[in-house]
This record gives sequence, structure tokens and C-alpha cells, in this order.
Amino acid sequence: MTVKQAISVTVNGKQYRREVEPRLTLADFLRHEINLTGTHVGCEHGVCGACTILLNGLSTRSCLTFAVQANGQQVTTIEGLAAPDGTLSPLQQAMADNHGLQCGFCTPGMLITLTELLRDDPNPDEAKIRETITGNLCRCTGYSGIVAAARQAARHGRGAGG
Amino acid sequence: MKPASFEYHAPKTLDEALRQLGSLDNAKILAGGQSLVAMMNFRVVTPDHLIDVNHVEGLSGITIKGKHLRIGATTRQRDLEFSAEIAQHCPLMREAILLVGHRQTRNRGTIGGSLAHADPSAELPNVCSAHDAKIEIHGPNARRLVPIAEFGQTFMTTAVEANEILTAVEIELWPAGHGYSFLEYARRHGDFAIVGVAALLDLDNNDRVTRAALSLCGVDAMPRRMPKIESAITGQVLNEEIIADVADMAGDIDALEDHHASKVYRQHLARVLSARGLREANERARREKIRAAS
Repeated sequence: MTVKQAISVTVNGKQYRREVEPRLTLADFLRHEINLTGTHVGCEHGVCGACTILLNGLSTRSCLTFAVQANGQQVTTIEGLAAPDGTLSPLQQAMADNHGLQCGFCTPGMLITLTELLRDDPNPDEAKIRETITGNLCRCTGYSGIVAAARQAARHGRGAGG
Repeated sequence: MKPASFEYHAPKTLDEALRQLGSLDNAKILAGGQSLVAMMNFRVVTPDHLIDVNHVEGLSGITIKGKHLRIGATTRQRDLEFSAEIAQHCPLMREAILLVGHRQTRNRGTIGGSLAHADPSAELPNVCSAHDAKIEIHGPNARRLVPIAEFGQTFMTTAVEANEILTAVEIELWPAGHGYSFLEYARRHGDFAIVGVAALLDLDNNDRVTRAALSLCGVDAMPRRMPKIESAITGQVLNEEIIADVADMAGDIDALEDHHASKVYRQHLARVLSARGLREANERARREKIRAAS
């Protein structure tokens, strides 16, 4: 058993201190240590994109990052996209409006990736949206609704949410 | 938890990282982790110690002095993608970077990691191959520069020794207005390329090729330069006939065969992509000459 390391990670604006094994991935830290189970774990080798979170504002595979690497860093998860009163971000609302989620498994990763895109590029064309979500697999193959949602959020002009 | 247990180290200086690498048994360097951690999750790789070089000072950054480009090993692929200097002075790298993985992996993945991992189909080593890059490697007592042609040794094995760290990539830039093209064929966008091609051309005022570089990835364990094609087109004004002739030479190479593609299919891709790459690089160089003259 490896020695645990003390870490402090700010997740959705709240600081969490835990002692973790170095081999604990950030995805497992979020789900099992601080009980934020909105981040989904699919392939666990960096292909499916379900576990995507924002690490210091940049979309990141949380299955390919160790929790110890997030020590002192800022993490945003799907739980951090809606307003504190529960009002959905424009992108989240657009996903609901456009039937952008079917089984919902890929949805957290899709929303994180698209939140980053719309923050950096508020009016992406369809090709840019499709290129950006190549790193997120939807096995319901519901991409059309997801792309339509991103377009609606872009038109709304406040896609980055909050 | 998927990976086997290991101890984590986060040195702040290169000396400290080298000391740890030299003294700890079964240690691996962690940069972006986009290949290494996936392999650890599969337990294909089970290091006892992980030395995270993301906090090592001076290991990241893009600097251009005159014709000399230096990219620190932990420079993220994202930083290459959004660098105005790379786009202007090393457009081949800018074109290739958009084919490297996905947005989320480029946010973490590093150029040094891509080179040290040395996947046969990886784009960045192929860009380095076309550009005759030199790879800077630090050992316990010395720094050395390894030409890219001697860097790759066999499958996923490089000139970096067990007690050494890859620290930077150095590239001599081609003159402004040179032609370039990076093309690849993959089953889906962002997938590993089956075959990729990097082409660089410089033309004189009569559109004659004065210098050429053509490098293929995915056909061999490491990027493969095509010196016969380069010398065959140097001194020529390229046309479709010449391009078709030299592309046939690319199709004659001894290519890999695996469950992704047969040897014959890779040879076909090498031929088709070499022709397209040379054509595009030539057209871009000509357009630049016209633009510069007007």
C-alpha cells in the first residue's frame, strides 16, 4: 500500500482536502472521495470523453489525470455549470430543448467540452462544433441534437453559462 | 482504481528530476500523461515511481531567435495550436497539430511526450523529421543534441536513455514563403493516422524546387524521410507528371502491416498522400511567391 498524499483541490469553487493514493485518478476522486457523481467514467483510457472536466478552465480527461496532479488547482465539473439556484446554463437548457441527451451517459463530458468551446469562441460554425466534439463519443449516436443545442446556445450568446 | 500503485514525485528543477530518475528504481517521467496514463490504466506500464515534470522550471515555452525555433519539452500541444509564432514561422506544425488527438488531449499533451512516446503514427515526430529537428536530451552530467534521424530506434524506443530526460526540440526554420503540407488518413478525425505525410518545399523565382523534404509516418516504426524523392524533385519545376512519378517511389516502400491496414494499403496511401502533399506544398509556395511579388 502506497503512502497517501494530502491534497487540496478546489472543485466548483469549493475547497476539498483529502488524503489520497497517487494512483487515484481525478475521475475517481470526484466520484468516490467527494461524491460528485455527475462526471461519468466510460473507457478509462482517454478515448470516450465521458469523464471530461475543466482543469484550470481547460477541458481535460479526468481519467488520464491523477488527483495528486490537481493539488492546488481549480476543477469545474458538470455540477458546476448551473447557477447556484439550479437555473440551467443556456447550453444545458439548449441540450434539453433540442433533445441533445438520450441515455445521458456522454452528456456531462459533452457539456464540459462545449462550455469551453463557447467560452473561447462564442459563435462557432457547425463544422467547428463537430470537430470539437470528436473527442466525446455518444453511443446513442445523438450527435444532431447535441450540435443543434450548441448552435442554439451560441445564438443565445451566453453559451459559457452561469 | 485501475493503475498499479506508485509513488508520485513533483520536482521543481531539472537537476532534482534527474537525481530522482537516477536514484529511484523503475521510474517513469510523466508529462501530459495522455499516452502514459492510458497505458498505466491498462497496466501495460507499471512504474514504481512517477516523476511529474509539469512543475519543472524552464521546461516549457516557444522561443524563436532568427531562424532558430526552440520548443520546451512540456510545451502543451494546445500552446502550439494557438501560437501565432508557430502559425507564421512553422506552418507545417500548425497544420499537423490540428490532427493530433482531440481538444481535450491537446490541452494536456506535450510535444516532448509525443516524441518520447514515439508512436509510429504520431504527427509531431513526423513534423520534426521533415524539419530535421534536433532533440535536446539532458542526462546526469551532460546535455546532448540528437538529430531526429537518429532519435527513433525501433518501435516506441528512442535515443533517450533510462537516466535521461528529453528537454526540448530545436528546429531551423525554412525561409518565409516556403510551401508546406501535412495530410493524413485516419478512420475518424483524431484517430491514429494509418499513414501521414509531411511535405516542405522551397521554390526559386522560376518556381524551380530549391529544397525539398518529404517524410511519412505510419509506414514504419518511426517517421521515414524520402531522400530519393527529395533529390529527384530538387531543381525541377513540379508538374502533375513529375509528382505522379515520384509518388510511385513512395508507393514502393516496405510498409508495416497490422490489423489496421495491410502493407499494400499503406503503400497505396503513401503514394496518394505523397502526391497530394507535394502538390499542395507546391501550390502554396507558388501563391506565396505571387503574393510577395505583388
